Amino acid sequence: MTQEMTANENVLEKLYSEPKNLWKRLLIAAVVIGLVIWGNSGSQFQGLTEKGLNVARAILYGITHPETMLLFDLTEKGIPYLILETISIAFLSTFIGACLAIPISFLSSTNIVPKPVAYLFRAITLLIRTIPSLIWALIWIRVTGPGAFCGVITQSICSIGMISKMNISAIENLDTGVLEALDACGANTFEKIRCGVIPQLSATFISTAIYRFDINLKDATILGIVGAGGIGFPLNDAIANARWNRVGAFLLVLVIMVIIIEWISTQIRASLARGKR
Amino acid sequence: MTAEKKLPLFDRIFKPEHIVLENGHSIDRPKSRMPLILLVLAIAIVISAKTTGFDFEILLRRANQLVVILGRIFRPNFSFFPKVISPLIGTIKMSIVGTVVGCVVSLPFAIFASSNINRNKPLLFVVRIIVSIVRSLPVVVYAYLFVFIFGMGTFAGSLAIGVFTFGIVTKMLYENIETIDMGPYEAMQSFGATTLQSFWAACVPQILPQYLDNCLYCFELNVRQSSILGYVGAGGLGILITERISLRAYEDAGMIFLTIFAVVWTIDLMNDFIRSKIK
Repeated sequence: MTQEMTANENVLEKLYSEPKNLWKRLLIAAVVIGLVIWGNSGSQFQGLTEKGLNVARAILYGITHPETMLLFDLTEKGIPYLILETISIAFLSTFIGACLAIPISFLSSTNIVPKPVAYLFRAITLLIRTIPSLIWALIWIRVTGPGAFCGVITQSICSIGMISKMNISAIENLDTGVLEALDACGANTFEKIRCGVIPQLSATFISTAIYRFDINLKDATILGIVGAGGIGFPLNDAIANARWNRVGAFLLVLVIMVIIIEWISTQIRASLARGKR
Repeated sequence: MTAEKKLPLFDRIFKPEHIVLENGHSIDRPKSRMPLILLVLAIAIVISAKTTGFDFEILLRRANQLVVILGRIFRPNFSFFPKVISPLIGTIKMSIVGTVVGCVVSLPFAIFASSNINRNKPLLFVVRIIVSIVRSLPVVVYAYLFVFIFGMGTFAGSLAIGVFTFGIVTKMLYENIETIDMGPYEAMQSFGATTLQSFWAACVPQILPQYLDNCLYCFELNVRQSSILGYVGAGGLGILITERISLRAYEDAGMIFLTIFAVVWTIDLMNDFIRSKIK
């Protein structure tokens, strides 16, 4: 109140000229609240049962008291090997996905190929993205059998969808002036690609691939739940058998691994965006 | 001497090529890092191919299996549609509740996690670490744990989606808050407004469009994601998908995918409409 009294007339005028859309806001709020109530209508919340509370307590205890044996077990069941396997799955699949995505993204760019071809390839990548990775894994398991190999193939396919989506926009924003300038210098096709196209695209392509590596690493942990290798498989086993201190050890390592990799990838992508090598 | 010390390790091992130009100036051309990068990449590929048991032969031998499965998925069984509707609505309900709860809870956390509003360094650090930890676990793991605590059903799924949305929206929001123009905020402060008042009047209008945009994006993502939560027993379409695939009824699964595709597409169109209204 005191502000309004001391403010000069210009400020007051601005204040009162603010559009009065209280009713509109109330309507939006009512719609959102209505949606939430409708959404909650069918949810089977039985309240926190005694059993549920005990489980919650056990989980919390397990997470705060992780099984340290697992952390230093160097065999194939120990955490160090599982992490290596998870990172390997994520790395290899990102590499394969990124390589396969390059021709596909060129084939889906309207400035490179005719429009019908571009839209056909875009539809394919859209289809790849619509089916969730867990479902892809369930399908691929039928082909390759369970194991880390299935995880690699699944994630390679899933990576193509997202990587090519990002690459397409980079290709369509190509600065053709550079190519014309190279033409004027008398450069041949190969030289034009080497000096005119690659430098414009490489930073985006690499940055997207590194970003996808992040996502693949997180996804690799869940693919194990359906049997596609990585740290998810023993994690799933430990949760199903209610061995909470094992679960605690897995979750702890998972969180640390993801945070470290995310930090590194953010650093690399930031330096790529600045144009530093 | 000092300039030499600043050289990266790589350039000290592989000395840069010294070139004298025609006009008498000289420059150092650093050796290309490409061979080293390729070498590291090759080693990493070999190691990971060994650990994952990469095998092209299986792929070639069994590729026709995939063609068969995909062929059946692309011939959806339309008579299965009536059975899809009820779990589909369950999935959408789960995503709506999860998204709204997650987005609302993320607001205060995002304010505490942005370095230009919250000047308290330790608090900032703690909030950010919490958000990072929340974000680092996949939504399926949350759903799995919540199913154990709250029992099977959509409640566990909603909660898992809520937690996931909280993590991702908070990050997007605080990165957004940090880029806003702080001029109006400082002006309000000089008027004698409290932190909350000035934030409400000066910062909220700047971040609101982007925030709503992020929420809509998250909603779309959640509808897609929540269709898999059923795999661990958190309700929705996932139960049906898993059941149909394990029964090898790929035509039915194809129908479910077609429905998800249609729903995601519709939501996408709706979001575009809302976005155009916001701007």
